[in-house]
Amino acid sequence: MTDFLDALTRVPDLLAQHLLLAMSALVLGIILSLPLAVWSARVPSVGRIVLGFASLIQTIPSLALLALFYPILLSLSTLVGGGIPALGFLPSLLALTLYALLPILRNGVTGLAGIDPAVIEAADGVGMTAWQKLRLVEAPLVAPVLMAGIRTAAVWTIGAATLSTTVGQPSLGDMIFAGLQTQNWALVLAGCTAAAGLALAVDALLGVIERGIARRKRLGAWIAFGLLALGVMVALLPMLPARQETVTIGAKGFSEQYILARMIGHRLEAAGYRVRYKEGLGSGVMFAALTSSDVDVAVDYTGTIWTNEMKRTDTPPRDAMLAAIRSWQEKQGLNLLGRMGFENAYAFAMRGDRAKALGIASLDDLVAKAPDLQFGADLEFLERPEWKAVRAAYPIRFGSAHAYNPTFMYRALESGQADVISAFSSDGRIAADRLTVLNDPRGAIPNYDAILIIAPHYAKDAQMIAALKPLIGRVPVEAMREANYMVDRDVGKVSPDAAARWLEKRVGL
Amino acid sequence: MSPPGPSVALSGVTKSYPGGTVAVDDVSVEIAGGSFVALVGSSGSGKSTLLKTINRLIEPSAGSITIDGQAIDVEDRFRLRRRIGYVFQNIGLFPLPHMTVAENVAIGLRLEGEKNPRARVAELLGLVDLPADVAARMPDALSGGQRQRVGVARALATEPRLLLMDEPFGALDPVTRDQLGGAIRALHDRLGLTTIMVTHDMAEALLLADRVLVMEKGRIVSDAAPRALLAGEGGAAAQALVAVPREQMKRLGALESGA
Repeated sequence: MTDFLDALTRVPDLLAQHLLLAMSALVLGIILSLPLAVWSARVPSVGRIVLGFASLIQTIPSLALLALFYPILLSLSTLVGGGIPALGFLPSLLALTLYALLPILRNGVTGLAGIDPAVIEAADGVGMTAWQKLRLVEAPLVAPVLMAGIRTAAVWTIGAATLSTTVGQPSLGDMIFAGLQTQNWALVLAGCTAAAGLALAVDALLGVIERGIARRKRLGAWIAFGLLALGVMVALLPMLPARQETVTIGAKGFSEQYILARMIGHRLEAAGYRVRYKEGLGSGVMFAALTSSDVDVAVDYTGTIWTNEMKRTDTPPRDAMLAAIRSWQEKQGLNLLGRMGFENAYAFAMRGDRAKALGIASLDDLVAKAPDLQFGADLEFLERPEWKAVRAAYPIRFGSAHAYNPTFMYRALESGQADVISAFSSDGRIAADRLTVLNDPRGAIPNYDAILIIAPHYAKDAQMIAALKPLIGRVPVEAMREANYMVDRDVGKVSPDAAARWLEKRVGL
Repeated sequence: MSPPGPSVALSGVTKSYPGGTVAVDDVSVEIAGGSFVALVGSSGSGKSTLLKTINRLIEPSAGSITIDGQAIDVEDRFRLRRRIGYVFQNIGLFPLPHMTVAENVAIGLRLEGEKNPRARVAELLGLVDLPADVAARMPDALSGGQRQRVGVARALATEPRLLLMDEPFGALDPVTRDQLGGAIRALHDRLGLTTIMVTHDMAEALLLADRVLVMEKGRIVSDAAPRALLAGEGGAAAQALVAVPREQMKRLGALESGA
């Protein structure tokens, strides 16, 4: 229970951001839909195209729609010479706005089409112009149907806004994703409750406005509208004071990244910076965000950059790889500050007893046994170049392969649903669960040293470099594993922030 | 008595649709100022279409129309419609959530920018024999007859000299029909209007109008005064329509005399 109350303290700030995002999308959606609905109702061929397009958008999963805006905005930004943020508020706003269009459009067009032609003829007969007809006759008749559409759009938008976390826009989804990742169910529950509560409250207020319009109770409608506006205003309040510059710290979607992001955040706050976090980013998204300064500081891994970003397939020695990455990143204006001190390589892991029973100790041994085994991978691994490289070196063909959220991947291994998983070498669960890590005798998996990268915007900021330099070479893999396990374990887990504090003490910062 | 309403002249008016349907076929007719003309015909005869070409709710495919000698397409059609009173078929009012009877009556005045039409609304309601307190009611709280009276008041609000009525009594019971018909004829005489009324009921046309035009398949097939029609003039099509009320009357007379 205290966990839940703890989690609730994160709600107000995220709730405000969530409300602002969803309401902005709703308002923009209304502004776009209304003229489109009128146009569609007047010209049937336009109506078919517009409604078809809006329906098509609904078939795209909202998560995919959000993800699609990232490359679109990025290439648009390149086209106009930069300046368009590809992460955060803008892509979320655009995706949610598109999502809000359909219900408003559909109800608007249906409402307009459903007006008795005799009423329209009466309006023409008394000499109304097209605009007077719209304002005096059609708008009041369509209003109740249209409001129903706006309510649907509001509920959808508030629900889908939780997904904006994945493109780095803070929302109540932050709590849900972080909670799911670290199996902090109190956090998930608090996030879900807040999001559902917000949707219900907005829906109820819009419902009062709808009934007010339908039954000519204008006072009630205005009061409900006033309450909505007040809510938005309160959500806007924190933005009012002249905002001092805020450093954005990026994190991918796993515990180690959450912990290191907090550790960086604590250092920067101590040095007088204001920080915020963009957590749960995909690998490719985070690196692109770094180069475009949408994210200012982040921890990445040498092997990830080597294979994913530089498209290299060879595996040179550690130092040579780091030097090559550094000079490549310098060309993009990034500052590779240095290694954190531990490696988080992909590793193939099995339950100790099972590995022993099957007589598997290395990837070479796995080749013959793989057809009878189930492979559990994290969400990215099956698409990653490392997996290609491994298969090129070892002709492994698993009986089946499934992608899991990392937390559930370990559960699958434990329960026997998966025999082999793509683990991470810094994962605390390897030691805790007594897993066997398979050797890589052919050196197919590249090196994965954790490295600290500063985006071009702060690349030469001496104060920031001074604040972060002490982290370089400071974190041994044992300490990182322990910290990760504190967040990942089932019993007595702590928040990434608390784990970061523990880790700072452990390494003497 | 006001000066008589405007004359209306139609010349070669034709309305055909892309599918090849011809609703109005080369109609030419002159309507004298101050007259009450009934356009009679079965449904699909083109009488409503012809009426709507006069206030440009329907644009004719060919032909021209003048009101008091002035072509109707020289000014914009919204202006034209506001100058012409128009009583619609059946409902006649805006069933809008926020429009009271008073607002319905005043809609034409509002379109012309009149800000405070309250006194005029009361006067108009009096003109059609409605109590002043219906002003604040919603249209759906009125009876069919009251609603159509409001429709007439609305049509007369901008002091038009020409009144067009499209089946104004179509949805009313016989008693109300008769009362309202008499009331409209009285208004026509008092205000000196030119009135053109579309109806499918020959008896109504004979009792109210000065002149009856019979339409069939888009053409005017008969043009005569009621008295002439009753005397057997006006041609076969008109006589077929006159035969119905005449026959009914005969049977009623027979019933009454106990035969």
